[in-house]
Amino acid sequence: MSILVNKRTEVICQGFTGRQGTFHSEQCLAYGTRLVGGVTPGRGGERHLGLPVFDTVRDAVRVTGATASMIYVPAPYAADSILEAVEAGIELVVCITEGLPINDMIKVKAALAGSPARLIGPNCPGIITPGECKIGIMPGFIHKKGRVGIVSRSGTLTYETVFQTTNNGLGQSSCVGIGGDPVRGMNFIDVIELFQRDRQTEGIIMVGEIGGSDEEAAAEYIRQFVTKPVVAYIAGVTAPAGKRMGHAGAVIAGGKGTAEDKYRALKAAGVRTVKSPAQLGSAMAELLSARRAGTRRRKSAARHR
Amino acid sequence: MNLHEYQSKKILASYGVPVPDGRVASSPQEAVAAAQALGGAAWVVKAQVHAGGRGKAGGVKLVRDLEAVRSAAASMLGQRLVTKQTGAAGLPIERVYVEVASDIERELYLSLTLNRERGRIALVASAAGGMDIEQVAQKSPAKILSLTVHPVTGLQPFQCKQLGFGLGLASPQLEAFQSLALGLYRLYLERDASLIEINPLIVTRQGALVALDAKLDIDANALFRQPVMAALRDVGQEDPMERRASEHDLNYVSLDGNIACMVNGAGLAMATMDLIKLHGGEPANFLDVGGGATSERVTAAFELVLSNPKVRAILVNIFGGIVRCDLIADGIINAVKNVGVAVPVVVRLEGTNAELARERLAQSGLSIIAAADLTDAARKVVAAAAQGGRRRKAARAGRPTAA
Repeated sequence: MSILVNKRTEVICQGFTGRQGTFHSEQCLAYGTRLVGGVTPGRGGERHLGLPVFDTVRDAVRVTGATASMIYVPAPYAADSILEAVEAGIELVVCITEGLPINDMIKVKAALAGSPARLIGPNCPGIITPGECKIGIMPGFIHKKGRVGIVSRSGTLTYETVFQTTNNGLGQSSCVGIGGDPVRGMNFIDVIELFQRDRQTEGIIMVGEIGGSDEEAAAEYIRQFVTKPVVAYIAGVTAPAGKRMGHAGAVIAGGKGTAEDKYRALKAAGVRTVKSPAQLGSAMAELLSARRAGTRRRKSAARHR
Repeated sequence: MNLHEYQSKKILASYGVPVPDGRVASSPQEAVAAAQALGGAAWVVKAQVHAGGRGKAGGVKLVRDLEAVRSAAASMLGQRLVTKQTGAAGLPIERVYVEVASDIERELYLSLTLNRERGRIALVASAAGGMDIEQVAQKSPAKILSLTVHPVTGLQPFQCKQLGFGLGLASPQLEAFQSLALGLYRLYLERDASLIEINPLIVTRQGALVALDAKLDIDANALFRQPVMAALRDVGQEDPMERRASEHDLNYVSLDGNIACMVNGAGLAMATMDLIKLHGGEPANFLDVGGGATSERVTAAFELVLSNPKVRAILVNIFGGIVRCDLIADGIINAVKNVGVAVPVVVRLEGTNAELARERLAQSGLSIIAAADLTDAARKVVAAAAQGGRRRKAARAGRPTAA
């Protein structure tokens, strides 16, 4: 088990023949992702990387039956590409592109509200289920199939977290980079809900950052519905107010969105918070071994009764 | 991207929003000529800087004769205005805006911005205008009215009325408020704004609604399709270091500490600052060199962080995913050689070919301090910065240095 993608997931790439699309499609193929074709308007009928190219997502879906799409289309056209994928019945749209105008995403968000499609991103590294399917730009080799679900607003901090949980043997069930923009598709809560239901996932690591209140909303959700151990880190304790820290969404505005507020909410929800990103892996290992010991104790107590 | 008040008001006026008559001036003579052309008996001279809090900082002056216009403009132009939003260095005043003074009956507040939770544009209004709206929100949240707009329907007349009645407006201001709000919503969409803030929106003694101040921010991601807005950028109002960084496509934010950081990825860059602080140091900057950390970019990044005289040590923290660490190591070696780095450099490289990268750094003959992991890197750079500071002090005092 895993969430959202597995070894059966068939994927197409929008912006397939471009530089980014080509490079990352090659990487995904090498990882074992079932990439079945791509879309570049005007290049339909050609072959690229040994796969068919289509003019439209609708054509690609009709011929290949793909249910997931990864988007590398440049920012001015990316919202259009997301909407095209949704309209064509793609179930999981992963938009890697960075720099989409916020007003474009407001429209996309409204269009998604009435549709069964899920969007990951934009401005994100993508999603991976280790050993099965990689849709995005993350380095595949640092991952290891395992027990921890990871959800993060930052690309490189996801890699840090993956690296730690691979090195300490925990491994990952799936990792989702939800992206650094203020308006995005799936949010912490959407991903955490899936991890809570997923049998392979034993613990959840969430990596948040300053800006907005999605971490606070996730904290409330965790308090009510999540029984698995959760470890969280929030980047930006030292970030000055009013300054955008690289990501469009990472800004403390009007005194709201500080790391302190987010830490406070997560702690109050029973989440194990760490002040250093270097402690994410070890904190999760601790929680999981305590939990296993607890389960063993309960089982052996049951046997002795 | 921020705009000046005078630029914002011109755009507002083109969307039918009433603003006071005004003219921009870049010399005291021009300011006097502006006041003469505007006519009337009282004017307001306003410093044009990209920051709020100008009134309390002496950047807004009410004057009643032309000599006072001249002296107000002369006292501002060429100076730097320090407000609570600018930091200690302040911002340069290169222009003043001369406006006809208004008779104020009531001061209201109105803004449009993104509501992140809903993913929609929100309108926020308050009858407590002319004050710091964040403080109003904190102390008396009941005085804040807000609503969000569905992108399919757009702003509706009933929503405008809801806000208008909430502000205690009656006919004919209610109708004026509605057309003003609809104009602002249209402006927000058509110009890809990320914030329109009118504080105060006044009711004059004559009963007119007028935008007395205006702040307009444009979504930087949308500038590719807003050439007219992009042309209004005033680089003179930007932090010089941040401006230089943007020329090299680097994401840089100046901070007050003495440990420079150079990181790939925005999240990791923030986390690196946090780690430095956690281990007792103070970060000098936020710097994301991006995914493609090429030799040229690393060199540009070194030059940039070293142009800050406060820097006592540099921490390079790269998680090489698809980018190979050995290539990044070559970039660092070249940059350190070419730029002539005189402060300690701590490097933490992880990911693809990290081992090879460490060997390259070790064999380079340069005094680069290799770090094993995140924590080790933070500790080493904090120690190096502390030592560098001591050594400098010792050198200034004429004592021989130990190392």
